[in-house]
Amino acid sequence: MIPAPFEYKRAATLAEAVDLLAANGEDAKLLAGGHSLLPLMKLRLATPALLVDIGRVRELSYVREEGDHVAVGALTRHRDLETSEVLRTHLPLLAHVAGQVGDPQVRHRGTIGGSVAHGDPASDLPAACLALGATFEAVGPNGARSVAASELFKGFLETALGPDEVLTEIRVPKATGVGWSFQKFNRRAQDWAIVGVAALAGPHPGVAMINMGPVPLRATAVEEALVGGASAAEAAARSAEGLDPPGDLNASPEYRRHLAQVLVRRALQEAGVA
Amino acid sequence: MCAMPGNPNRAGGLEAPSVRAGRFTVSVQVNGERREGDVEPRTLLVHWLRDTLGLTGTNIGCDTSSCGACTVLVGGESVKSCTMLAVQADGAEVTTIEGLADGERLHPVQQAFWENHGLQCGYCTPGMVMAAVSLLAEHPHPSEEEVRAGLEGNLCRCTGYHNIVKAVLAAAGATAAARVAS
Repeated sequence: MIPAPFEYKRAATLAEAVDLLAANGEDAKLLAGGHSLLPLMKLRLATPALLVDIGRVRELSYVREEGDHVAVGALTRHRDLETSEVLRTHLPLLAHVAGQVGDPQVRHRGTIGGSVAHGDPASDLPAACLALGATFEAVGPNGARSVAASELFKGFLETALGPDEVLTEIRVPKATGVGWSFQKFNRRAQDWAIVGVAALAGPHPGVAMINMGPVPLRATAVEEALVGGASAAEAAARSAEGLDPPGDLNASPEYRRHLAQVLVRRALQEAGVA
Repeated sequence: MCAMPGNPNRAGGLEAPSVRAGRFTVSVQVNGERREGDVEPRTLLVHWLRDTLGLTGTNIGCDTSSCGACTVLVGGESVKSCTMLAVQADGAEVTTIEGLADGERLHPVQQAFWENHGLQCGYCTPGMVMAAVSLLAEHPHPSEEEVRAGLEGNLCRCTGYHNIVKAVLAAAGATAAARVAS
């Protein structure tokens, strides 16, 4: 399978990428690691006229401590998240989830920004970002702006980012020593999660669900229950509240609702919720 | 295969690629030799390696980044070459299965696959070997569990993986032994 023809331009800097997007509008797509976009292009489900390759913009690949946050460059690869000592210390949930994406080959190429900007409800990293209360930084022709994780995912494979904006950084509040868990239920190695849960305990609990709707989303009913002092089992019983999970070859909506409750209970218990 | 003349200024691969009527000139260090060529941007790395350079040891299996048959090393790390454009490899070092052996002497991972019969039909083997080389570079002394997890991206429909895992563990021992000897 070969993608439809496209024009290819390589941006050496962030500024160059922003200029190229501004000049080419909706016909242009950013290419980072290519592990979400290229499979779609090979199936001709995506046929951009122009690819702006930002894979070599080194200034967007980093993990650094900044006070009570960790700043992660959008072009940081999953493998570099997985092995980052800063993340293992302050955000072990994010390091762990990065190590569960796809397989080693995918993790050598895929980037956190690419995964987030793709907005796939079946992806692991958007859920981790939601659970951790991350903020996304984007740069466009009119400058920089911040988008809260809970505001980013708008529809199936659709985000609040404009076609002329580049996601540059993911800012994550440190969760040093806070209980966490990631549950990914799939039938075979390297498969997407049928349902997945990323959970953070503590005074500001975050529980995010994979494949429980058209977008990566938070289980707000579970979070409310936890803030109200509910046990893991009580909170988990509300896992599917207000959610409309899809049905597909792997699972019916009913099965996903059931699975969500089981996985959230396991996640909360592993994260240390009584 | 002859080495193509290379431009040392391209080694970093950071400058804008040269354009020739919708095609790009790529320069890639493949198995230690500088190879250059004009490619369409949509050319996948695996097609460039197989169809243009004639390096047909890299197989295409699923063509959907699932099976790992097309695994090669880019900058020493395993990558599925069906999910990477040739233009993305411009300026990089690529190693294929053809680049592992030292003349007649097999690479320790190849030797271990032979000695442990880590294959049946052999179709997945080049990708499996390349994934194992990358795995051992990152985890020189993996446990059996780590080997199984590390080969998650490579499917074998014949062996049930048992001898493949044995081969990689044997290669880890052999690699360690070779390092001590040297």
